[in-house]
Amino acid sequence: MENKLQVSTSPHIWGGISVAKVMQYVILALMPAAIMSVYYFGFRSLLVMLVAVGSSVLFEYLWCKLTKRENTIGDYSAAVTGLILAMNLPPTIPYYMVVVGSFVAIVVAKEFFGGLGHNFINPALAGRAFLMASWLSEMTKWAQPRTRLPLFGKVDTISQVTPLAQLKAGEAVDISYLEMFFGNVGGCIGETCAAALLIGGLFLIYKRIITPIIPFTYIATVGLMSYIFSPSGFFKGDPWANILSGGLFLAAFFMATDYVTSPSTFKGQFIMGIFMGVITVIIRVYGGYPEGASYAVMLMNILTPLVEKATMPRIYGTKKQAGGKAQ
Amino acid sequence: MLSFRGGVHPHDHKEITKDKKITELSPPDTLYIPMQMHIGAPCVPKVEVGERVLMGQIIGDSDAYVSVPVHASVSGTVKEIKKILLPNGSMSDAVVIENDFKDEPFDEHGKNKDYTKFSRQEIIKMVREAGVVGMGGAGFPTHVKLSPPEGKVIDTVIVNGAECEPYLTSDYRVMLENPEEVIYGLKVLLYAFGIKNGYIGIEDNKKEAIKKMQEKTKNEEGIRVVALKTKYPQGSEKQLIWSITKREVPRGGLPADVGVICVNIDTCCAIAKKFLYNRPLIRRIVTVSGSGIKEPQNFSVRIGTPFSYVIEAAGGMAGDVKKVIMGGPMMGIAQYDLNVPVVKGTSAILLFTEKELKQPNTDVCFRCGRCSYVCPINLMPYYIADAYRIGDIERCEKLGALDCIECGCCSFTCPGNAKPLSRVREAKRTILENRRQKA
Ligand code: SF4
Ligand code: SF4
Repeated sequence: MENKLQVSTSPHIWGGISVAKVMQYVILALMPAAIMSVYYFGFRSLLVMLVAVGSSVLFEYLWCKLTKRENTIGDYSAAVTGLILAMNLPPTIPYYMVVVGSFVAIVVAKEFFGGLGHNFINPALAGRAFLMASWLSEMTKWAQPRTRLPLFGKVDTISQVTPLAQLKAGEAVDISYLEMFFGNVGGCIGETCAAALLIGGLFLIYKRIITPIIPFTYIATVGLMSYIFSPSGFFKGDPWANILSGGLFLAAFFMATDYVTSPSTFKGQFIMGIFMGVITVIIRVYGGYPEGASYAVMLMNILTPLVEKATMPRIYGTKKQAGGKAQ
Repeated sequence: MLSFRGGVHPHDHKEITKDKKITELSPPDTLYIPMQMHIGAPCVPKVEVGERVLMGQIIGDSDAYVSVPVHASVSGTVKEIKKILLPNGSMSDAVVIENDFKDEPFDEHGKNKDYTKFSRQEIIKMVREAGVVGMGGAGFPTHVKLSPPEGKVIDTVIVNGAECEPYLTSDYRVMLENPEEVIYGLKVLLYAFGIKNGYIGIEDNKKEAIKKMQEKTKNEEGIRVVALKTKYPQGSEKQLIWSITKREVPRGGLPADVGVICVNIDTCCAIAKKFLYNRPLIRRIVTVSGSGIKEPQNFSVRIGTPFSYVIEAAGGMAGDVKKVIMGGPMMGIAQYDLNVPVVKGTSAILLFTEKELKQPNTDVCFRCGRCSYVCPINLMPYYIADAYRIGDIERCEKLGALDCIECGCCSFTCPGNAKPLSRVREAKRTILENRRQKA
């Protein structure tokens, strides 16, 4: 009768929070930004998100089928990738491009490397980068907020100059910080409303899904750097406009904190945050694109293993002068 | 609040047995007393088959320094001497005793209530004679701790009342029901070292025990009862020492290297019993708990009593028992044969059903870093796991695999249920194996 007793090794209990739960929290945290995008850009924005999530999950499902692996869509990580990809797309983007982006994200950036945990670059960002390289003009058409975009058919984009483009040209930003904070500007689906992203990000920190180190060092560094370096000269930058625009909050709270591709050591997270801030501003000021956040994140993704290795914590018992008499 | 870095907060489930008084479990017909219940050299049986033995009589001993004698836990006749399976999975010689239910004691004279008339060497000898070992699991002989190597000065004795493993309430009950013995045992130790700096560390989820011990030590010079933050593994030696003294035991070293020795609650009682009643270690307090047992209990059990007997005495199994564990759920050992006997290190017998064992059926690491946040030793468990997976044993060693105390925090907390500890353990084993081969 005793043969049925399990003899696996300790610990015998598990009390963590599952991968699926973690991912569900991330989805929940993105909801304010998602809702705001529908408020600003209408149901077209919702449909883009649905297409991105749906196709991402579908590609993951098909990949598992094809490679005869256990189905992993239940861990919600594909859904998160799809949602973050959509957040990085303009609401006017043709749907088939969304599907291509999902394919690159899930199949190329994630599964080719061995699936969740083995990719070295944030899949959603890889998808976005591919779309930028392939359809730059479609990817940089911004719609005027509060206009109803048609769900199907050709979209008339009333290209609006984004604050970042103005900053890059060394011009003053012509909308108020408050409007930028609440997202009343043109931009990608998820990146305009800093307030909504902040709420979601703070929720993730409160739930201990992410640590605050990366987002805050990153944002602070961008603020400082953009004040020092600007197209119009040193110490003449506009830190607030830089912080509030161009999806910095989206990158800081939701992309730079991706577990797989960011350091898990605390010191490493500081380094990641600071470096990303520096790179972002360099790209924004001196680079070819007005937007630098997602490239900064991708660059640091690649450096993550190095940063982690250089910042391993000191192991208990290896203090130089062991046996110091405290008290 | 005194604490350490890292650790986890499992639900403690102590409510199941925390109000259950310790009851003496009447011994069974037949007891199986293993010759090895400690770290060190196994004992050699000192009795013959057919011989009558008395309760407390030495039935096995060894000349080795790191070893303690084994005593008969009942009076009766030696039925046979054979190899049996122990709860830790190893095989050992055991003296099988047929109980005559007379409990005739071996030596009633020579109570030594006044320990101050003994020299330090005599005390160490008496502790060894009583068969006292660390009662937390591994069973390191206490007399060895009492004689630290030349040049190491002990200035602090810590009694470990943390009992940080979920479900376990044996130490808690002892502190409530037998505080005098605990304090007495600690006083013997302090006296032996000629020092006046003793701590009794208790997690602050055991408020009553803290109160009780504080009350009882009010007038004891040099003994302090300290509340520790409730966090697993607060009761692990290195973490306990850090929490209380802020000293860090050096890598590969012993608490003695930082001037400390740690003893368990039950170990203190065992020492006290030797001096107060001249009774060696023949019983231990066992918590029987989990959703798979009908009547959860805190038993005082004679060493050598089969698990199955203890389980029956607690009303038998309830529901579909999937796992039987000796010790706590974080570090205990799963059993497959319930004929194994209760040994000196059996702090608990837990019977778990599906209810306690629920886990995600994934096995994925998404590098969230949680395992390293909770590792009390500051390791990066998933890095060691990765290195092990690609067969880079050297790297596992560099990453500190051997420093792992196997507390299980990493696996407990892993979202992907990738069981990093299992990999680290395998890495450890391989490193040690390689070393042995080189030597
Ligand atoms: S092993 Fe588990 S806890 Fe550790 S990083 Fe991987 S997923 Fe996270
Ligand atoms: S690696 Fe070892 S010491 Fe660290 S949490 Fe895991 S079991 Fe505990």
